[in-house]
Amino acid sequence: MIENRPWLTGFSHLILVLGVLVVALPVWVAIVASTHPANAFGVGHIPMWFGDQAFANWHQMLIGKEGQASHMLRMTLNSLIMALGITFGKIAISLLSAYAIVFFRFPFRGLAFWVIFFTLMLPVEVRIVPTYEVIANLNLLNSYTGLTLPLIASATATFLFRQCFMSIPGELVEAARIDGAGPIRFFFDILLPMSRTNIAALFVILFIYGWNQYLWPLIVTTDDAYYTLVMSVKRMLSVPDGDIEWNKVMVSTLLAMIPPVLVVIGMQKLFVKGLVDAEK
Amino acid sequence: MSVYFPQKFLPYLLLLPQLAVTAIFFLWPAGQAVEQAFYQEDAFGLSRDFVGLDNFTELFTSPEYFASLKTTMVFSFSVAFLGLAVALWLAVMADRVIRGAMVYQTLLIWPYAVAPALAGVLWWILFDPSMGPVALLLESIGIDWNHFINGDQAMILVVISATWKQISYNFLFFLAGLQAIPRSLIEAAAIDGAGPTKRFWDIVFPLLSPTTFFLLVVNLVYAFFETFGVIDATTQGGPGQSTTTMVYKVFNDGFVGLDLGSSAAQSVVLMVIVGLMTVVQFRYIERKVQY
Repeated sequence: MIENRPWLTGFSHLILVLGVLVVALPVWVAIVASTHPANAFGVGHIPMWFGDQAFANWHQMLIGKEGQASHMLRMTLNSLIMALGITFGKIAISLLSAYAIVFFRFPFRGLAFWVIFFTLMLPVEVRIVPTYEVIANLNLLNSYTGLTLPLIASATATFLFRQCFMSIPGELVEAARIDGAGPIRFFFDILLPMSRTNIAALFVILFIYGWNQYLWPLIVTTDDAYYTLVMSVKRMLSVPDGDIEWNKVMVSTLLAMIPPVLVVIGMQKLFVKGLVDAEK
Repeated sequence: MSVYFPQKFLPYLLLLPQLAVTAIFFLWPAGQAVEQAFYQEDAFGLSRDFVGLDNFTELFTSPEYFASLKTTMVFSFSVAFLGLAVALWLAVMADRVIRGAMVYQTLLIWPYAVAPALAGVLWWILFDPSMGPVALLLESIGIDWNHFINGDQAMILVVISATWKQISYNFLFFLAGLQAIPRSLIEAAAIDGAGPTKRFWDIVFPLLSPTTFFLLVVNLVYAFFETFGVIDATTQGGPGQSTTTMVYKVFNDGFVGLDLGSSAAQSVVLMVIVGLMTVVQFRYIERKVQY
C-alpha cells in the first residue's frame, strides 16, 4: 500500500465486482435458460430467473426421452477421448523429441529442430482443406485417430520440455552413467520425475486446447457416433430461424464448458504456470 | 549441458513419432496447398489445369479478398485493443486492492476455458434480436439491434464474444507484470507528490510495455487464427461478407464454395502471414531474454 486512499480502494473493488459480473452475465443467462421449458423463449421475452424445468431438461438431454436414447453421454465420452488423446499424445511425443534434441548429439539434429519449429507456422485453420484431404486419403474420417493424431504435433510443448531439460546439470547425466543407467533408465527414473510439475502444468493447458477443438471435429466427423460436445452445439443452432430450442442449446453449452472450466478453477496454480511457461 | 549419451541410433527413434506426425499432417498438406494454389480444379475434382499464378492474381484483384483483409484487420485490432484495455484496467484495480486480488483472479480467469464457439453462442443469446436482454435494452434506448441484418452489429457481436474469452489471459499477464514492478519506484513517485493517475501513465505503463507488446502480438495471433469458432457459431461470416475474416474465407471457399485453387492460394498467403508473425514473436522473445 503506497498511500491510504479509502475511496480509491473502494472504487477499485467496485470496478472489479462490475467486471466479474459482466464476465459472468452470459453464463448466468445460460444457466437460467437451461431451467425453463422451450416455450419460455419468445419475442421480447427471455427468463432472467430460474424456472422449474432444470431436472427435466438435463434429464432429457443426458438420458434421453422415453424410447429415444440421448447422444450427449456419447459426445461427452468422445470429447474426453479427443481431449485426453491430444493431451497425452502431445506430451509423449514432445518429451521424446526434446529428450533426443537435448541429451544426444547426432547428424541432422538442427534440421529436426527446424522441422518441429515449422509446425508453429502452420495452424490447422490455415491449411484446412489439404489437411482434410490427407485424412480422407488415409481413411481416417470418422475415427478417433483422425480426431486426435493430426493435432498432436506441437512445437510449443517440445520447446517447453527442451527449456526444462537444458536446465538439468550435466553432472546428473554423468552420475547416472557412472551408476550404470542407460538413456532409457535415465529418462524414466530421473528425467520424468524431475519434469512432473511441467508436465502437469502443460496437461492443464493442453486438455483445454483439446477439449475446445471445434473446426477439426466439425469437418472430420459426419457420423454422429464421433461427434464431440463443442461442435454439436453448432448443429443444434443450424435449424430454421426461430425454431432453436434454447433451453436444450444451453444445457449442451453448459455441459461442454463445465469440464474445462472446472480444470482451470481446480488447478489454478498449474494453469497459470502452464500459460506462462507455454509463452516463454 | 555438456554431457551426452553416446547412442547414435536411439535419438532418431525418439524423434520419429513427432517427425512422422509433422511430415504427414503438417508438411504434406502444406505442400499440397502450395501445389494446389497453381491449379484450377473443377468442382467435382475430375480434372485440373495448371494455371500458374492465376489464382493469386485473381485473389489480389478481387474486391472480396480485400474486403476480408479489411474485416480481419478491423476484427483483430478491435479484439486486441478492447481486450488489452479492459484487462489492463481490471489488473490495475486488482493490483491496488490488498484483500481479495486472488479471489478476483479466480473469478475472472475461467472464460479462458470456454471454447470460442460456445463464447459466441453465449453472447448471441444476450444479443438475440427478438429476445436477448441486451438487445431489448438497446431497443429501449432507441438502437435497433439485429446482427442478422446489420453487418456492423454482427462485427460488434463477434468482437465482444472473442474479447470476453481473451480478457482472462491478458489479465493474468498484466497482473503478473504489475506485481513485478518494484514498489520503491511507486513509493518514490508518491512521495514526490504524483497522484495515482500520473503514476500510472508516467511509471507503471512504460514499465509494462514489454508485457503489453507481447500481449498485443499474442492477441493478434489469437484473433487471426483461433476465433474461427466464434464466427462460425454466430454469424457464419455474414450478413453478406461483413464478418468473413481471411481464415473464415479459406474454409468457406474450400468447403462451401469448393473453389479449391483459390482456397489453396489463400492458405499460402496465410502461411506467409503466420511465418512473419512467428518471426516477430521470436525476435521479441529473444530480446526479452537479454533483459
